[in-house]
Amino acid sequence: MGLMKKLMLGAAAVSLMMTGAAQAENKRIALVVKALGIGFFEAAAKGAEEAAKELGDVEIIYTGPTDTTAEGQIEVINALIAQNVDAIAVSANDRDALVPALKKAMERGITVISWDSGVAPEGRMMHLNPSSNPLIGNMIIKLAADNMPEGGEVAVLSASATATNQNTWIEEMNKVLPNYKGITVVSTVYGDDKADKSYTEAQGLMKAHPNLKAIIAPTSVGIVAAAQAVTDAGMVGKINVTGLGLPSEMAGHIKSGASKSFAIWNPIDLGYAATMIAYNLETGKAEAKPDAEIGMGRMGNVKLDANNEGAMADPFVYDASNIDAFKDIF
Amino acid sequence: MSDASSTPQPRHIPDTLGTRWGRRLRSWETLLIAVLIAVFTINALSSPYFLNAWNLSDATFNFTEKAMIAFAMAMLVIAGEIDLSVAAIIALASTAMGHAATLGFGTPALVAVGLLTGLACGAFNGLLVARFNLPSIVATIGTMSLFRGISFIVLGDKAYTEYPDSFAFFGQGYVWWVISFELVLFAVLALLFWVLLHRTSFGRAVYAVGNNPTAALFSGIRVARVKFMLFLLTGLTSGIAAVCLTARLGSTRPSIAFGWELEIVTMVVLGGVNILGGSGSIGGVVLAAIIMGLVTFGFGLMNVPGIVMSIFIGLLLIAVIGIPRLVSPQSRRVE
Repeated sequence: MGLMKKLMLGAAAVSLMMTGAAQAENKRIALVVKALGIGFFEAAAKGAEEAAKELGDVEIIYTGPTDTTAEGQIEVINALIAQNVDAIAVSANDRDALVPALKKAMERGITVISWDSGVAPEGRMMHLNPSSNPLIGNMIIKLAADNMPEGGEVAVLSASATATNQNTWIEEMNKVLPNYKGITVVSTVYGDDKADKSYTEAQGLMKAHPNLKAIIAPTSVGIVAAAQAVTDAGMVGKINVTGLGLPSEMAGHIKSGASKSFAIWNPIDLGYAATMIAYNLETGKAEAKPDAEIGMGRMGNVKLDANNEGAMADPFVYDASNIDAFKDIF
Repeated sequence: MSDASSTPQPRHIPDTLGTRWGRRLRSWETLLIAVLIAVFTINALSSPYFLNAWNLSDATFNFTEKAMIAFAMAMLVIAGEIDLSVAAIIALASTAMGHAATLGFGTPALVAVGLLTGLACGAFNGLLVARFNLPSIVATIGTMSLFRGISFIVLGDKAYTEYPDSFAFFGQGYVWWVISFELVLFAVLALLFWVLLHRTSFGRAVYAVGNNPTAALFSGIRVARVKFMLFLLTGLTSGIAAVCLTARLGSTRPSIAFGWELEIVTMVVLGGVNILGGSGSIGGVVLAAIIMGLVTFGFGLMNVPGIVMSIFIGLLLIAVIGIPRLVSPQSRRVE
C-alpha cells in the first residue's frame, strides 16, 4: 500500500514537473508521431521546436504511442482533444482508423492536419507530403546521372514487385529518363526489402551487366545491401550506389565512396513545415482548400491539390559534406 | 518440514485456509480500490481537464474492449489455461466483417459474422487444447500467427472501410448522455461473468479445474469440456470486442488490436488472478481495467510519453504481485 502510494505520487510529481511550463495564452500545437523513440520523428520534433521559436507564441506538444499502432494513436488523440489543444499535426499509423477520432477533434474546433503519413481526406484539413512522386522519381535518376557525365548503364534494385511506393517512383523516373542523355536502365530487380535477398540481387546485377555504372535503390534496405555488395566485390569507384536511404545507415558507405550521394526527405524541415502550416491554419492566416497556397516559413509555400494534399520540397540530398550532421539524427 | 509436531499447542485445522484465502482476495480488491482512488485523485489534481464528463467518457474507450475479453481470459487463467490468440481473433473477426460488408451485408448480419468468427476461432483453440491436449500457451501462440496470418493474406496493405453508417453505433454510439454503448456493454458483461464465475456450478468447476485438474476429473467434473467452453468464451468475447473496435475505428486493417493479448493478460494479473490458476475474481479484473484505462488517460492528459506509461504499468504489476509475496511468507512461517 505504502509502496503503491509512493509510486503513484512519484509518477505524478514527475509528470507535474514535465508539464509545469504549460501556458494558457500560447497556441498549443500537438505533433503526434507514429511512435516515440524513432530518430526520424525526434528530428521532426526538433524542426517543430524551431518553428515554435520563430513564431513566438507557440507551445509544441510532442507526443505519440509507444508502438506504431492506430489504437495507441487514438488514445493519444483523445487525450489531446480532452486538453483542448489548438492544433493536431499527425503522422498516421493508419489512414482510415484515425478518421473517427480526428473528425471528433475537428468538430470540437481543433485544427487537424496530417504530415508524412497521411489520413483519409475526411479526417484532416490538409496533408503535407514530404515530397511528391514526380520529384522523387526525378531525384533518384538525377543523383545517378550527376555522377555519370558520359552516360552509361544503370540498374534499379527495388523493394518487392508489389510495393506501391517504389513502383510509382520507378514509373516517374522512367517518365523523365529521356531528359538524361546517354543513360539507359538495363534492369529492375527486387530484393523484397530483405537485406540478404537485396545483397544477392545486387551481386547478380553486377555479374549480368559488366558495364554497370550505377545501382539505384529507392528503398532504405536495398540501398545499404547494394552498397555492401559493391564494396565486397571491390567495385567501389566503378559502380555508384544511390537512391533513398537513411543517413545513419549510409554514413559508412558515403565515407567509403560506395555511394557518392543519396536522398531522403529531411525530417527537420518536415516537422518545421507541419508546424508552420498548423499555425497558419489555426490563426486563420490561410485556409485549407484546393489550389490554396499555405506558407511554411523558410520552406516557402505549399500548394494544395484537389484532395487538399501538397508536397513540401525535393528530397534532401545527403553526401560527404553533410552526412556527419545527420547520421546521428535518423 | 519445520513441523509443529513437538509443540504442545493445538493446531488449526486446515479449514481456516479457505477463509484466509477469501480474506486475502477481499484485501486484494480493497488494495485495487485504494489504487483506483489514488489514480483518480492524482489525475484530478494534476490536470484541469480530467474532471469533465465527456473527457472521462472518452477515457473509458481505453479499456472497455480489452476488459470484455479480460473477463473471459480471467476465467480461463483461473482454470489454468491461457489464450494468447485473442488479439488475432479480433483481427480475423474484423476482417471477416469487413469482407461481409463489401458483399453488402447489413449491420445485424455483420455483428453475427463477427461473433460467429470469434466463436469458431475459440472452438478451434478449444479443440487443440481440450481434445488434443496441447499446452494452451503453445497452441494459442500458433493460432495467434494463424488467425492474424489469414487477415494479412486477405488484406495485405489494403483496408476495409465500407461499413454501413448504423454499424458505427457499436463503437461510437451513446446510450444516454455520456454513457457510451461500449460502457454499458462492459458493465453488462462484467455482471454476467461475475454471476457465471461466482454464482454457478460452472464457476466452481472452473476453480476446481485450476486448482487440481486430476482431482476435479475424479470428482466428476468434465475437465476437457470446461476448458473447451472457456475457449469458446474467450473466442466469443474477442468477437464482441472485434465488433466494438471495428465500429469505433470504422475500418479494418490486419494490424488491428496488435499486441492487445499482453495488455489483456496484464489486466487479468493486475486484477488479482493467479497466473498459475486456481484463484481470482471478476471484481478485481473490473477494477484493474478501470485503473489501467485511467492511468493511460491521465498520463495522456499530462503528455507523458507512452514509454513512461509502460514502465508505470510494469511497476504496478510487479508491485501488486510482489506485495502479497512480501507479506504472506511471514504469516505462513510464523505461527
